[in-house]
Amino acid sequence: MENERRVISVIVANEASVLSRISGLFSARGYNVVSLTVAPIPDTDYSRFTIVTKGSVRVIEQITKQLHKLIPVLRVSETEEMIEKEMVLVKFPITENLSDISVLSNAYNGKIANVSTESIIVMIADEPKRVEHFLTAIKRYHPIEIVRGGTVAVER
Amino acid sequence: MQISGAQMVIEALIAENVDTVFGYPGGAIMNVYDEIYKQDGFEHILTRHEQAAIHAAEGYSKVTGKVGVAMITSGPGFTNAVTGLADAYMDSIPMVVISGQVPMSLIGTDAFQEIDAIGISRACTKHNYLVTDAKDLPRVLKEAFHIAATGRPGPVHVDIPKDVTAQIETYVYPDTVNIPTYKPHTKGNKRQIKKAIDAIAAAKRPLFYLGGGIINSNAAEEVREFVKMTGIPAVETFMARGTLHHEDPLLISMLGMHGSYAANMAMSETDLVIALGARFDDRVTGKLSEFAKHAGVIHVDIDPASISKLVNADYPIVGDVKGVVVEMMALAKKSVDAEVYTPWLETIEHFEQLHPLQYFEDTDRLKPQWCIERVGEILGDDANISTDVGQHQMWTAQFYPFSRPRQFISSGGLGTMGFGFPAALGVKRGAMDKVSINFTGDGSILMNIQELMTAVEKKLPVINIILNNNYLGMVRQWQTLFYDKRHAETDLSVQPDFVMLAQSFGGVGYVVKTKDEFDAALKDAIEKNVVALIDVRVERLENVLPMVPSGGSLFNMMLLENKKES
Repeated sequence: MENERRVISVIVANEASVLSRISGLFSARGYNVVSLTVAPIPDTDYSRFTIVTKGSVRVIEQITKQLHKLIPVLRVSETEEMIEKEMVLVKFPITENLSDISVLSNAYNGKIANVSTESIIVMIADEPKRVEHFLTAIKRYHPIEIVRGGTVAVER
Repeated sequence: MQISGAQMVIEALIAENVDTVFGYPGGAIMNVYDEIYKQDGFEHILTRHEQAAIHAAEGYSKVTGKVGVAMITSGPGFTNAVTGLADAYMDSIPMVVISGQVPMSLIGTDAFQEIDAIGISRACTKHNYLVTDAKDLPRVLKEAFHIAATGRPGPVHVDIPKDVTAQIETYVYPDTVNIPTYKPHTKGNKRQIKKAIDAIAAAKRPLFYLGGGIINSNAAEEVREFVKMTGIPAVETFMARGTLHHEDPLLISMLGMHGSYAANMAMSETDLVIALGARFDDRVTGKLSEFAKHAGVIHVDIDPASISKLVNADYPIVGDVKGVVVEMMALAKKSVDAEVYTPWLETIEHFEQLHPLQYFEDTDRLKPQWCIERVGEILGDDANISTDVGQHQMWTAQFYPFSRPRQFISSGGLGTMGFGFPAALGVKRGAMDKVSINFTGDGSILMNIQELMTAVEKKLPVINIILNNNYLGMVRQWQTLFYDKRHAETDLSVQPDFVMLAQSFGGVGYVVKTKDEFDAALKDAIEKNVVALIDVRVERLENVLPMVPSGGSLFNMMLLENKKES
């Protein structure tokens, strides 16, 4: 069966061990996690998980149903109509071509975030596909460390 | 009122009309046991192992339909209970299991008898709680009972640190539950129900596939009526045994790995599967791609995740079986014509005659199937039947004449050896007017044999019928059939003297080698009214047949060879 990449948005009650309930469900049932982010939703008692996963149509359907079965889960949405963004931090040696790096990061909604005597850190924020392009493009500047934030998404 | 967390537990149990708690005390739960000592609102039954406490509560729940309650301590008390939790989770049994935990200040320090209980039980409960403040206890316990019993039922585990049971707080038990994130869908979609009825009306060879959800939903009466009204034949899963009366002319038999030839063939030939509270378990379907190949599927289940999980449902209906069946009947009255099924019923009749569910008494030794049928003849409806796990379990499902739901109590999903005896204690406690029989094997019975003590102390006269073939029979059968008769570690020739074993606890024991001895032992055990072990020496190499080899197609069965004719 074909493996589709899907973004699942899950709204859960803010309570102890809800993260392990969700991650435990994925490991217990052998589902894939490509990325997972979580943060509280302002002014509510809920948090939002954004989970990027891969699987056949049947598996994706099972994932959403099994997520919904968890008692603290309020809502599970899984549509193709998602606006997705991911933030990435990349550290380069200060000896690399700084203007090239700056131009590239600007092109991907980013900028220089920090500079020290040894290294320079840039941040970008863009769609997952474009993030991949960026990460490919910067390989020639010998990145020391790449920190991906994981996808966040909201329904269109 | 201002009371301790421990007192809150007692008050909440009484408020939930709990009359029996199965359990085992220990350090971290002592505050609660101190309050159990002082109260007379419910009876506490001390089992001799925590696993048995959970199984007993399961048996009690399955026979009464109420939420089963068990109590255990932290650490090893809890880990001993995990098998029971997993068993209840797999078989959707409503349970509340309360465990003690080390004090809050010690959590995470590898304290004495500390284990991450909710970390472990997360994988084998419907929900769980670690209560960190006694203020939360009334709400948590109310929610626990609600979650356990509603939707697809299951066990809920509540872990309470020792300082929380000592904490004094204001106690008000809530009347209602408000969990915004938990609203099980119980009412079936009307349009889907209508479509399903149209599909039934159009089908030539429809088949009811009845599952354990019917028992959980207390829907057997409605299902019996629906089957009778439509004239559509039915197969039962292992978990659904007793839904239809064994004499119901439309009941084919059990289907699946050890289902009857007719039941499995009917499922392979049907053009419309009407699944009610069944979950297409691998032991039922065999090879999925060949399962009910020619059929559309109506699937009624309260758990949306069970629908289209393994077999695609053409008519998915999420809802409580009972309500959905009532709605279906109202619509079906106008549209289903039973006469249409005559050729289909004749086909099934032909299957039944071709390979009936049977066995042959062709040796000097007793046949295990005979023992089960004999208990059925003698006790029938007057007994509740528990089993352990293995060959005896399958023979019981095949040959006992079940006449009502909640008569058959067994470990289906998890297949837990050692389940039967403690479960039968809970069954007896929940239905004192019926004889509590546990069909067991010489392997299974030793897995919770210590419960002889509970049975004697609490006067719970369970009759254990050990179908003793000196083998771990089901594994031996697989070794015979699929491992070229290499019987690795399954020969149980070295055995205790079951008679003396029973007597040493204060029960009664019998060795049985003939039919007359069997009748006499059963009669005597019923009259003596104490816990009994009946050690029945049965044919050693009898196999459970028919059998669909694991992963094989349902219609490809190994069948009983007709020795009498050959």
